[in-house]
Amino acid sequence: MSKVYIALQDNDESRYIVEAIEEDNPEATIIHMPAMIRIEMEGRLTVNRETVEEKMGRDWDVQELHLNLITLGGNVDEDDDSLSLHWNE
Amino acid sequence: MTIEIKTATLEPVRNTFAHIERRFGDKPATRYQEATYDVQSEEFFHYRPLWQPEKELNDPSRTAILMADWYDFKDPRQFYYGTYVQSRSKMQEAAENNYAFFEKRNLASHLPDSITEKLIRYLVPLRHLEHGANLNNMYASSYGYGTAITQACLYNGMDRLGIAQYLSRIGLILDGNSGDALAEAKLVWMNEPIWQGIRAAAEKMTVTEDWFEVLVAQDVVLDSLMHDLIYNQFDQWLQDNGAQDIGMLTEFMQVWNKDTSRWVDATLKVAVAESDENKALLEKWISEWKGILLEALAPLADDMLGGDALSQAEAALDKRLTKAGLFK
Amino acid sequence: MAKKLNIKDKYRLLTRDLDWEYSYEDRKEAFPFEEFEGIKITDWSKWEDPFRLTMDSYWKYQAEKEKKLYAIFDAFSQNNGHLNVSDPRYVNALKLFLTGVSPLEYQAYQGFAHVGRQFGGVGARVACQMQAIDELRHVQTQIHAMSHYNKFFDGFQDYSHMHDRVWYLSVPKSFFNDARAAGPFEFMVAIGFSFEYVLTNLLFVPFMSGAAHNGDMATVTFGFSAQSDEARHMTLGLEVIKFLLEQHEDNVPIVQKWIDKWFWRGSRLLTIVAMMMDYMLPNKVMSWKEAWEVYFEEAGGALFKDLARYGIKMPKYAETIEKEKEHISHQAWWTFYTHGHAAGFHTWIPTDEELDWLSEKYPDTFDKYYRPRWELAKEMEAKGERFYTKALPQLCTTCQIPMLFTEMDNPTLNSFRDTVHNGERYHFCSDGCKDIFEDEPEKYVQSWLPVHQIFQGNCGGPDVENVLSDFYRMNLGEDNMDMKGSPDEKRWKQWKGVA
Repeated sequence: MSKVYIALQDNDESRYIVEAIEEDNPEATIIHMPAMIRIEMEGRLTVNRETVEEKMGRDWDVQELHLNLITLGGNVDEDDDSLSLHWNE
Repeated sequence: MTIEIKTATLEPVRNTFAHIERRFGDKPATRYQEATYDVQSEEFFHYRPLWQPEKELNDPSRTAILMADWYDFKDPRQFYYGTYVQSRSKMQEAAENNYAFFEKRNLASHLPDSITEKLIRYLVPLRHLEHGANLNNMYASSYGYGTAITQACLYNGMDRLGIAQYLSRIGLILDGNSGDALAEAKLVWMNEPIWQGIRAAAEKMTVTEDWFEVLVAQDVVLDSLMHDLIYNQFDQWLQDNGAQDIGMLTEFMQVWNKDTSRWVDATLKVAVAESDENKALLEKWISEWKGILLEALAPLADDMLGGDALSQAEAALDKRLTKAGLFK
Repeated sequence: MAKKLNIKDKYRLLTRDLDWEYSYEDRKEAFPFEEFEGIKITDWSKWEDPFRLTMDSYWKYQAEKEKKLYAIFDAFSQNNGHLNVSDPRYVNALKLFLTGVSPLEYQAYQGFAHVGRQFGGVGARVACQMQAIDELRHVQTQIHAMSHYNKFFDGFQDYSHMHDRVWYLSVPKSFFNDARAAGPFEFMVAIGFSFEYVLTNLLFVPFMSGAAHNGDMATVTFGFSAQSDEARHMTLGLEVIKFLLEQHEDNVPIVQKWIDKWFWRGSRLLTIVAMMMDYMLPNKVMSWKEAWEVYFEEAGGALFKDLARYGIKMPKYAETIEKEKEHISHQAWWTFYTHGHAAGFHTWIPTDEELDWLSEKYPDTFDKYYRPRWELAKEMEAKGERFYTKALPQLCTTCQIPMLFTEMDNPTLNSFRDTVHNGERYHFCSDGCKDIFEDEPEKYVQSWLPVHQIFQGNCGGPDVENVLSDFYRMNLGEDNMDMKGSPDEKRWKQWKGVA
């Protein structure tokens, strides 16, 4: 099965997003690289707005992900409450 | 010792890029200059477009307007990408506050039905006209020559999309997010006699070949007339009739028009001043499109405002044309 | 209180719904390029918008990114950030970037603006328009990032003029000219999909990680800032491919042919990047071979498995490229080294440590085929006979790279192909390039091949020196020649207070 991935800039805000991803996607692998955090896993990876808001302590729009995003791999499904990545296999 | 050496010998080798220096001399350049001048490729293209084999990929002959230097179309606002988005970001922040306030206070519910009907009939259908403007400015950006003018056309095109989206949001505010107002406004655009001449003109612009002509038809003639009718005269009517709150939702368009007019006016002026041939050509195009659009707008102006609304709009356009050195 | 529309419906009302059915003009006249490529679109409304960004959000998020980015650019120049790079040789990678890659971003703006107007479907148009303005962002932020380097190093100053003329720069230029000269659907498969999706990491990671590893804060920051735009571009590329393949089964063979072509042309283009990664970064990120394995063989593998259900296969010549990963960087740098008098950036012999790194990373090829060349080069340099070739290289008609590639199964044999068209013989570096030519010869015979042009007298002369200084506008003795003894090197030593 192929891995989906998402890479975020390594800054204060991303930290909360990464925490949220870890919580909602227990099988994800988190890789720390210079100035960048890469997360990969097989299957479907989901970023949930609610979880991020919980970690961040403020309202958060899924689209704010654009500010921290470096790159991603997989088919994107985005709505008001989450963004997820998956491959069709 | 080391520090002294660093500061003493850290003179730049050159102040700017060679092509900027050739134009402006050996001195530091602005970010606008470096981002704009001579960036576009000019010579030795490898293949002619399959979709237009009689032209090169970048080709000044896609318009009959002639310029010795296409970079004379410098933007008085000096927008490169960074300053452009920052300008629009400030504008959208103000707009967002306005829209949020309007919705929070449920100001739509204070509007009498007659006003809401007028908005659906006269304002919301503009979202389609703005979509046409998006197409026309993208056309100019992709077929135009020289970064100075093409980037400004790109920004204009994206602005139109933004305005179309604000107009759509106005519709959604009026119909409580059901989409009904938008559906109704679209039917108005498609079927109501007062809009058909305008829609025909909008369609005609998208099949017009010369990109400079398209630019002039859209950004000079149509925009001047439409802006005066809607954002000046109709806006005044709304204020006089207790619907001044709508101004919160159209403020973006007012601010935008003021900003964009600076560029449009400067561009027109430069094209006119370049040569008698350009001037004659522009006068020909403008006369033709003015004729088409005045005829097209008459029913709308009449229905919406009555009286001499259209001639007022025409006067606003004429004033602008005179300022640019046309028809004199 | 008003019911909240979900993001998909709201976006549809704010974009799709803006377009209308024409009554007064023939819509085919307004959108004349939809059919000539043989692609069949049955229903534009099936286009999916993965990122549903409205313009107000676009302005907001992008302005925030620009604020941060330019604050760093300002800090960089105020603090002479260029002094922090690992080694002045690194800066030559940036020269290659500004003269070779940045103008492609500009062409990308132009290409996406074109399809952003010409596509019949408003969803696709809006996505392409956003990419167009993103690409303009990239070229302008790159120019601004490099602006500071231009003040202190040679070789940046006439990037635009050089991109239009110089022999190795016609490689990237012709790549993008090819895409823009193609129809809108081919453009999207070429750039939106093949380049921006399949191959993008192979361009970005080397340059941006290279910058991070070599103390170049300006470029790193640009890179990360631009990458978030790239995420949108990647999703657009993937969407285009799926849309075309789902619209009509007749599209599948056409799309496959384009994937094969553009994958090949794209990987040829990346030769310069391969060379940059292996030879021009004093602090190494990874080898080209490793980058290819991670970013193509693994990531690309997942992608093509996903596309298999449409009947799409791995690109033709993928196995050739797999073999090439062991060789192309070495063959390319050797070419630039030996032609260093005609390059707008400095070249050099790798240090002994660097030669050892290359041996380690390329255990099957480096010591056998390439190290001996460098040993010879070192000997000649020590004798004061640093080698510069007297000849001009023959260029492949399609990719326009000098014919420096070898047969991958026998790296002592030049890879050489040719074909006759209308009584003229044309030369190619590979089967891939020959195939591309033979499929559309009327297109590729138009190529403005820099070396042919020089020999035809179209680039001034009569000597190569005149061509370089007058036609290319190179500053001889400053932009070109070996790193050793260059004004760049002299100034660096002065700044650092070393002998």
